[in-house]
Amino acid sequence: VDFSLGHDADAVRIEARSFLAEALTPELKARMHRTGTHWNPDFTQRLRERGWIAPGWEEEFGGQGWDPLQVQVLAEELRFAFAPMYGISTTLTAASALRHLGTAKQKAEVLPRAVRGEIVIALGWTEPECGSDLAAAKTRAVRDRDGWRINGQKMFTTNAHVADYIFVLARTNPDVPKHDGLTTFLVPTDQPGVEVQELRTISGERTNIVFFGDARVPDSYRVGEVDKGWSVMGVALTYERTYAHGADSLRLLRTAETWGESTIDDAGRTVAEDPAVSAEIGRTATEAEVALLLGRRTAWVAETGKLPGVEGSMAKLFSSEALVRQAESWFGLLGPDAVRCSTEPVGEPDSVEEMIRFAQASTVYGGTSEIQRGIIAHRGLGLPRSR
Amino acid sequence: VDLQPTPEQQQLVDAFRSLYAKESALERVRSAEPGGFDADLWRTLSDSGAVTMAIPEERPYGGGATLLDLALVAEQHGRHLAPAPLIEAQVAARLLSELESNASDELLRQVAESGRLVTIALRRPRAGVARLVPGAAVASEVVVPEGGRLLCLPLDANRRPVANLGCMQLADVELPTGIDPVATGTRVSQLWTTAIDEWMALSAAALVGLAARALELAVDYVKERAAFGVTVGTFQAVAHRLADCATALDGARLLAYEAAWAQIHEPRRFPELSAMSFAFASQTAREITYWSMHFHGGYGVMVEYDIQLYFRRARAWPAVLADPGTIYQWIADRRRARRRG
Repeated sequence: VDFSLGHDADAVRIEARSFLAEALTPELKARMHRTGTHWNPDFTQRLRERGWIAPGWEEEFGGQGWDPLQVQVLAEELRFAFAPMYGISTTLTAASALRHLGTAKQKAEVLPRAVRGEIVIALGWTEPECGSDLAAAKTRAVRDRDGWRINGQKMFTTNAHVADYIFVLARTNPDVPKHDGLTTFLVPTDQPGVEVQELRTISGERTNIVFFGDARVPDSYRVGEVDKGWSVMGVALTYERTYAHGADSLRLLRTAETWGESTIDDAGRTVAEDPAVSAEIGRTATEAEVALLLGRRTAWVAETGKLPGVEGSMAKLFSSEALVRQAESWFGLLGPDAVRCSTEPVGEPDSVEEMIRFAQASTVYGGTSEIQRGIIAHRGLGLPRSR
Repeated sequence: VDLQPTPEQQQLVDAFRSLYAKESALERVRSAEPGGFDADLWRTLSDSGAVTMAIPEERPYGGGATLLDLALVAEQHGRHLAPAPLIEAQVAARLLSELESNASDELLRQVAESGRLVTIALRRPRAGVARLVPGAAVASEVVVPEGGRLLCLPLDANRRPVANLGCMQLADVELPTGIDPVATGTRVSQLWTTAIDEWMALSAAALVGLAARALELAVDYVKERAAFGVTVGTFQAVAHRLADCATALDGARLLAYEAAWAQIHEPRRFPELSAMSFAFASQTAREITYWSMHFHGGYGVMVEYDIQLYFRRARAWPAVLADPGTIYQWIADRRRARRRG
């Protein structure tokens, strides 16, 4: 048993901090804040210059062959700095599925551009009527000459407005059980059949509804076999769920400690000395440590060559639920001032006001807490499947 | 990061698991109640070197175990609800070995050769009394700070055993005047603080072991027990709580191991991490034993059912130091101290 991250990962952390201090300019952060778009071509290029878009991939696929802990440490730092990473992470989720299941032609065409940050792939999975039940997708794909025609709607397709492709889960056979009639496609967005409509979250992040009206996709952009889309999703979802929010708790902790030590109460003491404030600092710090450890364990499991299914779900579940608890608790401790919103459209990044908004979504996207608990109970504890 | 135990660590875990399975079966735990001490178990532990392993290698009788090794043993200790104050004895022995005086070396010789039980007070005495000292109802000596002095106090008529929720060997200890200290000066506070940090990290591991077994009891029960025509584990209201419990348990275990590991590898963070591990494991053990007992239904609160043994100890073991809310405040203080260098 050894908890040291190792010399290589420590070096990554130091390098990432100095890189981010310089590359994440106030202008860039202001732009992210205003547009709600967590993808930025200039920043992406800066990451590319360092080979930091997919550093964990093998060199033949354009990566640097980093071990998962180095990748994890870089992810922690990017998240702590709240760098614009959503576009890169959805692109890599789709690209990871392609690496496992794509054709040679798809890999040759898509992977190099994905790793260079030249394309964005958004995830067209859930629908207005689906929620977490992705296999209930109604969006239809029907054969049309040498390709397919897509009709339907996709929901919460973050970064679709800057995406080159949408990784679409579509129904190709409505006459079989729902998991057996799905197929996945990489649908190009530069066509009249794809229409993107903006949605804003309460934390100012932009996501989208995507309407497909006779959108076309060549058969060569079908991912996996026809009607076998659910097994493609099995791979893609494992990559999506490996994310944990420990670094978000650390951001909140920094805000809280700074507030505590710079705010003086009526008796002339810093509010950090107040027992309730002090106890919440200790608790937030403890939960952040647990969240980081669960995330690093996920990386360690991946390093041993296994797919970290239950471990990834635990990291995601604990870290997001803890973030919600912490945000609510700090909102109370700050008193009436907590409601102040100093910038438009939402509060200062990292403020408690912003965290209250941000944390709420974290227990939903990437699979709700209920989905994660179901996975842990069934696959981890061996309990019967429940509904 | 490597979360796989080394072959030596695995050997250690296996050895203590089988020792406790034989010498701390639940019938033995029950028959040791309410006093909470099984003298045969203590002799077996002592003869097997479970106390002296905690002494640094370069000191007489030293087994040279790291705090992480001791945490792996403590996890098995907690899992089997072992009725003996092993963690206190280990922490006291480590502290005595630091003193390097004739008196402390003589005491350690008796610890090593005749299984003499020396325990440690977790809180400073008030008005001449150290209260609720774990192990003090059965130990021969207690290490206790008094002002700037460290005493190693023989226990006799000056102790009053205290019946308690967790069937621990607790006693209130009166401090007579005119006792010669075993240490004085600035190092007393340092030695003392380190001992309590070690106790917290090891107790965290013990609580993880306790909670792990309590969760297994719940999972086994809800897989068997039927209600409304299905097994109880089919209900989301049950399964999802247990998923939360399993998640917190894994987090508590990682944190307990990390804290113990940090004593050597990240000493600057050790005081903070040991407190974190203790607070989180206390909270987790309480939550898990609550839900495990709850999912046993009415049977859960019956004395005959084993879950109550875990439920009571999950609350009592950590409470003799402080509740999680207080520990969380210590963590904030320690973070501040670390930032100020």
